[in-house]
Amino acid sequence: MIKMEEPEKIFETRELNVNMGPQHPATHGVLRVVLDLDGETIVRLTPYVGYLHRGLEKLGESLSYFQALPLTDRMDYVSAMSNNIGYCVAVEKLCGIEAPPRAKFIRTIVGELSRISNHLLWLATHALDIGAMTVFLYCFREREWILDLFEMVSGARLTITYPRIGGVRNDISQEFIDSTVKFLEEFPSRILEYETLIDQNRIWLQRTVGIGVISAEEAINWGMTGPTLRGSGIPYDIRKYMPYDAYDQVEFEVPIGTAGDTYDRYRCRMLELRQSIKIIKQCLDKLPEGPVMADEPKFVLPPKDKMLPITHPTDMAYFIIEKACKGCGMCLRACPAKAITGEKKKPHVIDQSLCLQCSTCFTTCKFKSMTVVPGGKGLSDEKLAELAVPPEQLPEDIKEAQQNLIRQFDFIKKGPRVPEGDVYVATEVPKGELGFYFVSDGSSKPYRMRLRSPSFIHAGCLSRLSIGHLVADVIANIGTIDIVLGECDR
Amino acid sequence: MAVTEVKAGIYAAGIDPEQIAGRIKEHFPEQVIEVTNHRDQVSVIIKKDQSVAILRYLHDDPHLSFDHLNDLTAVDWSSKKEVRFEVVYNLMSLKYRHRIRIKAQVPENNAKIGTVVPIWAGADWHERECYDLFGIEFVGHPDLRRILMPEDWEGYPLRKDYPLKGPDFEKDWPGFVEVVKRSQELKEFEWDD
Repeated sequence: MIKMEEPEKIFETRELNVNMGPQHPATHGVLRVVLDLDGETIVRLTPYVGYLHRGLEKLGESLSYFQALPLTDRMDYVSAMSNNIGYCVAVEKLCGIEAPPRAKFIRTIVGELSRISNHLLWLATHALDIGAMTVFLYCFREREWILDLFEMVSGARLTITYPRIGGVRNDISQEFIDSTVKFLEEFPSRILEYETLIDQNRIWLQRTVGIGVISAEEAINWGMTGPTLRGSGIPYDIRKYMPYDAYDQVEFEVPIGTAGDTYDRYRCRMLELRQSIKIIKQCLDKLPEGPVMADEPKFVLPPKDKMLPITHPTDMAYFIIEKACKGCGMCLRACPAKAITGEKKKPHVIDQSLCLQCSTCFTTCKFKSMTVVPGGKGLSDEKLAELAVPPEQLPEDIKEAQQNLIRQFDFIKKGPRVPEGDVYVATEVPKGELGFYFVSDGSSKPYRMRLRSPSFIHAGCLSRLSIGHLVADVIANIGTIDIVLGECDR
Repeated sequence: MAVTEVKAGIYAAGIDPEQIAGRIKEHFPEQVIEVTNHRDQVSVIIKKDQSVAILRYLHDDPHLSFDHLNDLTAVDWSSKKEVRFEVVYNLMSLKYRHRIRIKAQVPENNAKIGTVVPIWAGADWHERECYDLFGIEFVGHPDLRRILMPEDWEGYPLRKDYPLKGPDFEKDWPGFVEVVKRSQELKEFEWDD
């Protein structure tokens, strides 16, 4: 006889445990999500981060302030420019310096371009995850244009490091301005193109409307910032709350949503694109003349075109005045070309055929025996001895150039000393609020460098947004909070 | 579902942070150790015993209304200060647009402080990170695990006595040594033209 099992035992239901990532294409990096499912509904969601943890905070403590600047590119590599600007603004506040007006406007322009490029990449991948392939290709077409603009201004496309503490590295060219103006003319019609594809698309609406709803109070309580918070109807924008750079001199509006769902956050970002265009146009109109680096000898590197080997590149010769030389051997050890010879406590001699004109010996000599002979290249030692004058009688421009070179050495070897104290400075990057908390103990390295990254906070909200939804909506929710794991894990 | 655009400049003016520090002193006179001001940013250094009560007061008081926790982190003062750790809360009020920084002192031998997750839900991951990298325990936290480092990691990387480089940092990667050795062995089979 066949024994039948009880029907309840056969149709037993249980929760299903599903692992998603860390190599899942829709998680925008290496995010691992463990889902507990009841049928297709999410009961529990646990995100695991840290796969890209490189210890940037620890590294920052071991580097001087301007050495740590390229690290910020590696946080949010999608909008590296905004991260650089945030870092520079924070260090400027810590040092108590300010960038010149032209640099502020340039930063605002490139910062907003970076915002556009970030939102384009966000829209592209978000739409691709949900199932709209065409938008992906269109967005990358325009993003490519912006990366070309970045290449024009700094030479790099992705990890840029264009802003500097106290300004920007170099001035922008007319070619860049023309190309940007052309882009701004073209771009509004391109936004319409994307919106035609998805704005009223029934599939898009079904996948986004009412998904990941979060109320305004809850969004604030969870620490959300940026478009993710503004989608819930809170007009919190640091560009308005605590204006930095040139944001207090331009007019723009802050788009907010009402429902706090994925669709409203999408609409917010689309309207932000238009506001960014408005900001860049005003900045280009108002762009003032002047220098692009602050004149702060304590905290800013000296200008490269006013430094010794560059001011007189070819025609000068270095010469040791025999009477003044004590034979200490400092220059002998410092010379990279080994062109200086001599015994201890006896005057040294430079072999002019080996000399590279790097001026290292000139900056190391403490007894004022080393001098420069402008136009002295190729002359014999006797002739140079006739022409040479003690260093304090040299022309003013050479003296200044020498001082600049010594300053440059000090900067690179030790770094500028920053006054004691601590500051927390936040800037509005495309993903939300990027905060830097610096503690300085008066030395040239930060005692503590804290990076408050928006992606980290938003990834923490993922479980709040997704519980009760279906598995497919997790993808929409990961897209809508706009995370980059390089920034999340630091 | 419609999206509206708001005009700028509608935000209410906040209270001067020095005054906020004064109010904290009024309500918790024995808890405040020091008030500092650097570059117009006011920090209030407090004892850790009543930290949760102070933060709860800052959040709930209708005139202060610090509803947004910008950042929560810690600083390891090593031997520079008497009390080794400081847990730093950067608070902000979206309603009144004022900010303040609260620093709670946490000694090394009793590295524990009350959790603020019931006040700000967003503090969850901040506190986990703080526990992960500094080893400060947040009492009452719902899910205190390591977050950035692997679960079985030993030590707390952001402490000042934690080395920057590992012991085998200068050595060649063992896999690379093996590859070189193997290529030496296989050299006789190299293709000639």
